[in-house]
Amino acid sequence: MKTLDKLRETMRRDRVFDFVAEGRYPFSQQGRHTVVPGQLDASHGTILYMENVTVEFDGFKALNELTLYIDDGELRCIIGPNGAGKTTMMDVITGKTKLDTGTAYFGQSMDLTRMTEYDIASAGIGRKFQKPTVFPEHSVFNNLELAMQTDKRVWQSLIAKLNGEQLDHIDQVMNTIGLTEQRHNRAALLSHGQKQWLEIGMLLMQNPRLLLIDEPVAGMTHQEMDKTAELLLSLEGKHSIVVVEHDMDFVRSIARKVTVLHEGSVLAEGNMDKVQNDARVIEVYLGE
Amino acid sequence: MQQPNQQKGIFASILHDDRGGKIFLSVLAVVVVLVSTLNLFVPESAALHVSTYTVTLLGKYLSFALLAIALDLVWGYCGILSLGHGAFFALGGYAMGMYLMRQIGDRGVYGNAELPDFMVFLNWSELPWYWYGFDQFWFAILMVVLAPGLLAFIFGWLTFRSRVTGVYLSILTQALTFALLLAFFRNEMGFGGNNGLTDFKDILGFNLQENSTRVSLFIITALALALGYLVSRYIVTSKLGRVVVAIRDAEDRARFIGYRVEYYKLWVFVFSAILAGIAGALYVPQVGIINPGEFSPLNSIELVVWVAVGGRATLYGAVIGAILVNYSKTFLTGALPEVWLFALGGLFILVTLYLPKGIIGLIEQIKKRKSAAQS
Ligand SMILES: Nc1ncnc2c1ncn2[C@@H]1O[C@H](COP(=O)(O)OP(=O)(O)O)[C@@H](O)[C@H]1O
Ligand SMILES: [Mg+2]
Repeated sequence: MKTLDKLRETMRRDRVFDFVAEGRYPFSQQGRHTVVPGQLDASHGTILYMENVTVEFDGFKALNELTLYIDDGELRCIIGPNGAGKTTMMDVITGKTKLDTGTAYFGQSMDLTRMTEYDIASAGIGRKFQKPTVFPEHSVFNNLELAMQTDKRVWQSLIAKLNGEQLDHIDQVMNTIGLTEQRHNRAALLSHGQKQWLEIGMLLMQNPRLLLIDEPVAGMTHQEMDKTAELLLSLEGKHSIVVVEHDMDFVRSIARKVTVLHEGSVLAEGNMDKVQNDARVIEVYLGE
Repeated sequence: MQQPNQQKGIFASILHDDRGGKIFLSVLAVVVVLVSTLNLFVPESAALHVSTYTVTLLGKYLSFALLAIALDLVWGYCGILSLGHGAFFALGGYAMGMYLMRQIGDRGVYGNAELPDFMVFLNWSELPWYWYGFDQFWFAILMVVLAPGLLAFIFGWLTFRSRVTGVYLSILTQALTFALLLAFFRNEMGFGGNNGLTDFKDILGFNLQENSTRVSLFIITALALALGYLVSRYIVTSKLGRVVVAIRDAEDRARFIGYRVEYYKLWVFVFSAILAGIAGALYVPQVGIINPGEFSPLNSIELVVWVAVGGRATLYGAVIGAILVNYSKTFLTGALPEVWLFALGGLFILVTLYLPKGIIGLIEQIKKRKSAAQS
């Protein structure tokens, strides 16, 4: 079985041989662009490739031949009824759940199925879970500071001092998430919505290329929802964002490309109007 | 917290924003100067004279205060409720005790220059290998740091890596100190068994019964406490300190962001154990004895009560708790010896129920109410 896999691996046409990709040979520098291992290559404009992904739990297919592409810099909304496989899809992308068949690539060169959760996170995929968890006893500022992409070893932390560039980065993210006034407030004192934004800010501190955001507006007031939509729109272009959301009003207010998931595969894809008028979508979801 | 001005001196930057710490250190300095002066320069007949007994008692409290700071670091800041910190204190104490034992030389009851009395009594003919080097002060000091540090490292490595947390970890720490208690009770371990190490004569050539030696030990303990406070304060205000608090409040989240949680816990745990060991080493020459009783699980639990009473995660709260509870203990065990354990238990319940943030938390609340009433 092992040898068969190896053989298959060498026959693949979607990626270069490992020994070439590792850059040990000068000829890997030739060609249109170089493939550097561990570095994102989205030169074809697509940042995430998922093809024919199937995930089975005890015979039940949570994802069923799912195929999905996300463009570099795109803001994509994913909707679908409960149990459609949205969270499972994110689990696959972040390496939390292994897929049974299919492929998942981050850019053209990074095979997500062969990376650990930690590797995936440091390669530039950030994820926000449904329940916000920030560090309650720390200020907004310190929450962002802790999330920053720096040397995170113990002795380094003991002597770490923020430099001007890092301070600027924190200020800039704080501004983006609209919490500049709460700078010194303990995170425990923030409203539910503010906590969600802080958590998005913590993700941004890690300079992710792809952000996965699971149900950001659950439990938010209308004003908070509007601000969240604004926030996500302001990130468009700088990061690729995949938002999973239940709330149709919210998705409509973002009004970007929408993918409808149903029973583990894509039911429809397109702009909001097209999706809303799709007979099958109306049947399984919107028409309820 | 903002980054303190980097131009300022290191002390200024450590104590920046730390009113409680400034007050604590000032009070400590005043008490040390006053007590030492009143002991050494005021004649015994005068009403203002402070007895050597009191000086030593205070010295003992101060070493307990250092121990309390050590526990506050792991419990208050890192959320690790260690019920075995007395073990590290006792190990540091034993290391110092072994040095003091070797200093006795041939002045023991049996007059054996090579062997401590209890070994002669056990008919041992030579010094066990693990006693080698303890005739050197520097070696003993090294062991004061290494023995608790190493034990904490091994214990922490095994438990934190397998992600043992909460009650399970507390029970394990309690088991650790209990196991050491049983081991040190045994005569063949070579640490004096039941009686422990005692009858010390001098330290670095200074007679331990001498007034000046006692006062010096008291002053050194106070200095160690102040230094221990400053270093601990530096740690908790560093980014490392903030990571540790983050781990306490949301461990998975901290791990997800990319911090190696087990290494952080291990670092703090080992540092705290070393601090506890130093406290033990300061305690032993002042009280003149170290025996297995110091490993008793009850001691470690008492220590937790000190910190709970004073208030967690402030460092100076731990100091206040340690001194207050121990003062009450000295008073009560003198007046009503059988009441102490009940008082301790009652105190713990009281604090847990009504003062979750201890005395410091209470003071803070009162202050808030006052300022609210004013505005
Ligand atoms: N670890 C698991 N074991 C078994 N079944 C699971 C597991 N995770 C998810 N499922 C099932 O897979 C389906 C899709 O779940 P999920 O991805 O959470 O849906 P969504 O997020 O779209 O509501 C659900 O029917 C769920 O019960
Ligand atoms: Mg879900």
